[in-house]
Amino acid sequence: MILAGLLDAERPSIFNTASPEAEKIGAVGNGFLIAATAMFLLVAFLTVYICVRYRAKVGSPEPKQTSGNRKVEMTMVGVPLLMIIFFFFWSMKTMSAVLPPRPAHAVPDIIITGHQYWWQADYPAGKFSTANEIHLPVGRKLLVELRGADVIHDWWVPALGEKMDMIPGTSNYLWMTITKPGTYLGSCSEFCGEQHAWMRITVIAQQPEAYQRWLAGQAAAGQLPADTMAARGAALFMHASCSSCHSVRGTTAIGTNGPDLTHFAGRQTMLTGMLKVSNENIYRWLLDPQKVKPGAHMPRFIFPRDSLLALTAYLSSLK
Amino acid sequence: MSELEHIRIPEPEKPLPGLSITGDQGLIQWLSSVDHKQIGIMYLWLAVLFLLVGGIEILLVRVQLAVPNNHFLNPETFDQLFTMHGTTMIFFVLAPAIFGFSTYFVPLMIGANDMAFPRLNAFSFWCTFFGGFLLYFSFVAGGAPDAGWFNYAPLNQYKYSSSPGIDYYCSGLLLAGIGTVAASVNFIVTILKLRTEGMGLKRMPLFVWMILINSFLVLAAFPALNAALVMLLLDRELHAHFFNPTGGGSALLWQHLFWLFGHPEVYILILPVFGIFSEVFPVFSRKPVFGYGFVVGSGIAIALLAFGVWVHHMFATGLGNTVNNFFAASSLLIGVPTGVKIFNWLATMYGGNIRFSVAMLFAIAFLVEFTIGGLSGVSFAIVPIDWQLTDTYYVVAHLHYVFIGGSLFGLISGTFYWFPKMSGRMLDEKVGRWFFWLFVIGFNLTFLVQHALGAMGMPRRVYTYPDLPGWGLLNLISSSGGLLMGIAVCLLVYMLFTSRKTGKEAGNDPWDANTLEWTTTSPPQLKNFNTVIPVKSTRPFRDFKRPDDTDWAREGGNDE
Repeated sequence: MILAGLLDAERPSIFNTASPEAEKIGAVGNGFLIAATAMFLLVAFLTVYICVRYRAKVGSPEPKQTSGNRKVEMTMVGVPLLMIIFFFFWSMKTMSAVLPPRPAHAVPDIIITGHQYWWQADYPAGKFSTANEIHLPVGRKLLVELRGADVIHDWWVPALGEKMDMIPGTSNYLWMTITKPGTYLGSCSEFCGEQHAWMRITVIAQQPEAYQRWLAGQAAAGQLPADTMAARGAALFMHASCSSCHSVRGTTAIGTNGPDLTHFAGRQTMLTGMLKVSNENIYRWLLDPQKVKPGAHMPRFIFPRDSLLALTAYLSSLK
Repeated sequence: MSELEHIRIPEPEKPLPGLSITGDQGLIQWLSSVDHKQIGIMYLWLAVLFLLVGGIEILLVRVQLAVPNNHFLNPETFDQLFTMHGTTMIFFVLAPAIFGFSTYFVPLMIGANDMAFPRLNAFSFWCTFFGGFLLYFSFVAGGAPDAGWFNYAPLNQYKYSSSPGIDYYCSGLLLAGIGTVAASVNFIVTILKLRTEGMGLKRMPLFVWMILINSFLVLAAFPALNAALVMLLLDRELHAHFFNPTGGGSALLWQHLFWLFGHPEVYILILPVFGIFSEVFPVFSRKPVFGYGFVVGSGIAIALLAFGVWVHHMFATGLGNTVNNFFAASSLLIGVPTGVKIFNWLATMYGGNIRFSVAMLFAIAFLVEFTIGGLSGVSFAIVPIDWQLTDTYYVVAHLHYVFIGGSLFGLISGTFYWFPKMSGRMLDEKVGRWFFWLFVIGFNLTFLVQHALGAMGMPRRVYTYPDLPGWGLLNLISSSGGLLMGIAVCLLVYMLFTSRKTGKEAGNDPWDANTLEWTTTSPPQLKNFNTVIPVKSTRPFRDFKRPDDTDWAREGGNDE
C-alpha cells in the first residue's frame, strides 16, 4: 500500500515526476538513496557482526588494547569525502539546469501569490486574476513568479519537483516545464498559521489548445445571475460586505483580500482544496466559516436562511 | 566579602544525599546549593520533568494526526502544542540534561572538587529553571507561542500572533540562554584551570573534551539567538520593524539569525553525547577508544564548520544558486567528521569483549539510528533533494533520528552508565532491557514511516490532512509508535524513582571503568576527592587498577 502510494501515478509523490526539472531532481535523489542505503547496510552489518563476534564470554581475557590505526582512519575519512565531492558536483550541475538565470525583464507566465490561506494566480497574458486551482499549459518552459502577501508560504507540488518559499516583500522565480496533462496535488509547505493544513495546491495541466480555451473563458466577465434567486444573491453580494473582500469581474465587487470569485463555480474544489464545490458546502461555509475552516479570515455574517440560499444560488451560478 | 559572612548559606555538612531530597537540611539545601553535584542533579530532574510535559504535548498531537480529517484538537491548540513540544524538548530537555551531566561529571572527571565558579553555576541552573517556567506561564497568560519552535517572521509578528505566547517565548529563551552562556564560561574556566596534576589536554577524557568544544560553540552561537529574540521583542512590544516587510524590515533576516544559532545548536546537542559514547564504548568493550586524537580533531572541525552551514535550512528561500552551492559544500563537508565517528566507535568495539549493559545497548542502537539520521541529514545538504523534501514529514523523521536516535539515546546511555555514581544504586538492568526494546521499537515505528510520508507529499505542521492513499495508515502506525514510546518513558521515570531507594548497591566502580569519577565513593562526598590518583594517560583509573598493563607504559612510557 505504501509502495503503491509512492508509485501510483495519480498521487502526490516525489517518484512520479511530470517535468524534466523534477526528473533531474529525482535522479539525484535516487542516486543518493542508493549510496545512502549502501552506507547504512555497511554500518548495520558491521554493528551486528562486531556485536556477535566480540561479545564477552565467561572468562575471556582482557582484549588487545589497540587505540588506533592510521590507515583505517585515512580510509574512514577518504571514502566519504570522495562520495560527498561526487554528490556536490551532481547537485551543482542539477541546480544550474533546473534554475538557469532569468533574462532581465522577462515577463512571468504566471504570478502565484500565497495568502493566509489561499492562492492567488495572476495571468499577465490574459490580464486577469483567479484563485486556488492553477491551470498551466504542458510542453512549454514556464517562468513562474512566487510572492507572499502576508506571511511566508511555500510552493510545493512533488510531481513538479521544485519547492520555493513565497516571501512577503520579495519575489522568487521557478522554471517549470510540465510534460503530461493531468491534475497535480501539492501543498503549502511552510507553516503559515492556523489553516496551513488546508492550503492544498491543485495544478491542472492542459494541452495548449484546451489551456487557451480556459484562458479565454477566465478572461471573460462573470455571468449574470440566471434566476431571481441568484439575482437576489447577486444584489446581496454587492451590498452586504462580500464585495469589499472579493471580486467578481464585470460587477461592482472589486475587493482583493479574498479569492477572486468570477468563475468560482467552474472550480472543482473550494476553500483551497478543502471541500468539493457544491451547494451544500457553499451554504455550510456561508453559515459559519469559523466552524468549517477555523482561523480563516472570512468573518461570520449572520444572514437569515433565505439570504444564505440566495447567496449560494448566486455563487453556484458563477461558472 | 565581610557582608557575605553574615549570610548563612546552608551548604551541606554531611555526605550528600544522593538523589533524595532528604538531607540534613532538607529541600532548602537543594534550593540554595552551590555544589556542582546537586546542581547537576537538579538540571537532570528538570529535564525529566520537561520530558514528561513535552511528551504529553506531542502525544496529543499524534492522537489528532492518527486519522485523516480528525477533530480531536482545534488548529489553534494544535499549533501551540507542537510549538511548545519542539521548544521544550530542545531548550528544556536535551539542553538541561546535557548541562546536568556536564555539571556533575566534568569536575569529577578532571579530578576537581567543584566548578571554577560555584555561585555562577547555581545562577546558570536557576536561569534555565525560571526560563522554562516563564515559557510555560504563557499557557495561563493568554496562550502559548504558536509559530513553531523556529518561530519564523513575519508569522511571529503581533499582527499574526496576537496572544502573548511569543513574548513569553522570547523572554523564556533569553533567560535560559543567559544561563547557558554563563554555564559555558564556567565549563571553559573549570576545564582549563582545574584539571588535576598530570592531566594535560591530551589526557582529558573525551567527554570533557567535547564539553570544552561545546562551550565555545555556545559562546559563539547564542548571541545570534539572543539578538534575534531582543529584536523580535522590540518588534512586538515597541513596533520596531526588524522582521516586518511592510515596515521595511526583512522576513529572511530572522531566518539568518535564527539558523546562525540554530544549526550550531544542533551540534551543541550532539557533541556532548558523542563525549558520553566515547566513555561508554571503551568501558563496555574493554578497549581504549579508537582514534582519540581523531575524535577530538573531528569535534573541533565540527565546531568550526558549524558556523558556515546555516543556509541549508534556507535553500528554498530563493537565495540563488551561488549561495546555495557554497552552503551545500560546507554542509556536505560537516557530514564527514560527524559520520566518521560512527566508524571510530565501531572500531573501538572491534576486537573487544563487549558487555551488553543497558548503557551499551543504547550506544549500539545509536550507531544504527544515528546513521539513518546522519544520512538523511546529508540529503538536505544536496540542494535538489532539499527542494523536494524540506518542510515535509521527511524532515520531521530526520530531525528525530538525530535528536532521539542521537542525543536522547546518548543521554539515556549516560543515565544508565552514571546513575550508580550519582545515587550509589544500580538501575535495574532487567527492567532496563524492557525499557530499551519498548523505546527502540516505538521510536522506529513512529519515525521510520515518516520518511515515506514526506516523500508522498505530506508537509510538516499540518493539524490534519486529506485522506490520500497511504497517509492514514502511515500516520496511524506513527501514532501507535508514539504511544509505545510514551509507555517506555513512563517506565524509565518509574525506574529512576524506585531505583534511587531500592536499587542494588553499586559500589565505587560497578563497570570496571577508566576515568577519575569512578575512583571516589558513590555518591561522592561533598568534597569529591581527598587525593587523586596519578594521571599518566587518558585512562588513569585503569592504569591504577592494572599497574602491569598501563596505557602509558604501552605507549612508550612517555611521561611528559
